[in-house]
Amino acid sequence: MTDLDDIDRRLVAALAEDAAQSAGALGRRFGLSQPAAWRRIRRLEEAGVLTGRRVDLDLEKLGFGVTVFLGVKLATKGRVSLEDFERAVTAIPEVQTVQHVLGLYDYRLRVVARDLTDFERVLRRRIMTLPGVGDFEANVLLSEERRPGPLG
Amino acid sequence: MLDDTDRRILRQLQADPDVPNAVLAERAGVTTGTLWRRLERLREAGVYRGVRARIDWAALGYAVEVSLRFTLDKTARGAFDDFLAAAREVPEVTEIQTFLGKVDVRLSVIARDMRHYQDIYRSRILTLPHIADIEALMHVATIKSADTVPL
Repeated sequence: MTDLDDIDRRLVAALAEDAAQSAGALGRRFGLSQPAAWRRIRRLEEAGVLTGRRVDLDLEKLGFGVTVFLGVKLATKGRVSLEDFERAVTAIPEVQTVQHVLGLYDYRLRVVARDLTDFERVLRRRIMTLPGVGDFEANVLLSEERRPGPLG
Repeated sequence: MLDDTDRRILRQLQADPDVPNAVLAERAGVTTGTLWRRLERLREAGVYRGVRARIDWAALGYAVEVSLRFTLDKTARGAFDDFLAAAREVPEVTEIQTFLGKVDVRLSVIARDMRHYQDIYRSRILTLPHIADIEALMHVATIKSADTVPL
């Protein structure tokens, strides 16, 4: 689905900013009736453009002061080891994101922890003990911005 | 600041942000009135910043996603600020992170295909100021994407 018009793109951008807005409110903003706005949102959901919602929480205020991006290289490769690694890493609650990548590393992980001591615990007890883990590199997140992307 | 009820509500909300408030209240074991008041308080405290729609860029025709990791020339004054300001001007950049570590800045860049990516890389990325080194990780698949924390 790449045939979005301007209004679709503005709807997607508006919902990425605040998904709690009603179809009525969005309609008023973009000059649509409530049912017309609702139909467009439904169509964007059905086409897989809008894939659900995420809750935006201030992690620091919740006591999670440290986010680390980890690049992980597997020591042994092959289909079985990838599956073993993926299954085990996905089950760690502190690991928010797991991406399979090509390049210097095989996987990119996003890990949250209460502080650096807690991160060290997660790293030593849970990540370094994963099946097949080889070399890895840790970078501590200082700031983050999510951009609207090419919707304008 | 947060009590067990707050945690229970946030845990349920994180686990399934799409459910109506009445269902969420039931799962968290509170009345809808309590739920509403608690969420309002968490919002005022800046803990709960809202719900956002997730966009699948591949469904919008952006099949390529690359994670670009930059080392900046820190001897240049204002290297970070200049770089970040210029990166914000590139529409295909969907995330910007700064780090303490080997990598200074990471950008998530999306493109329609490899040719389009090459265009962006040459005309918009390599022209960003104060770059000392770039490494690219090409995104193959997302195995987990949770945004949740163990509360």
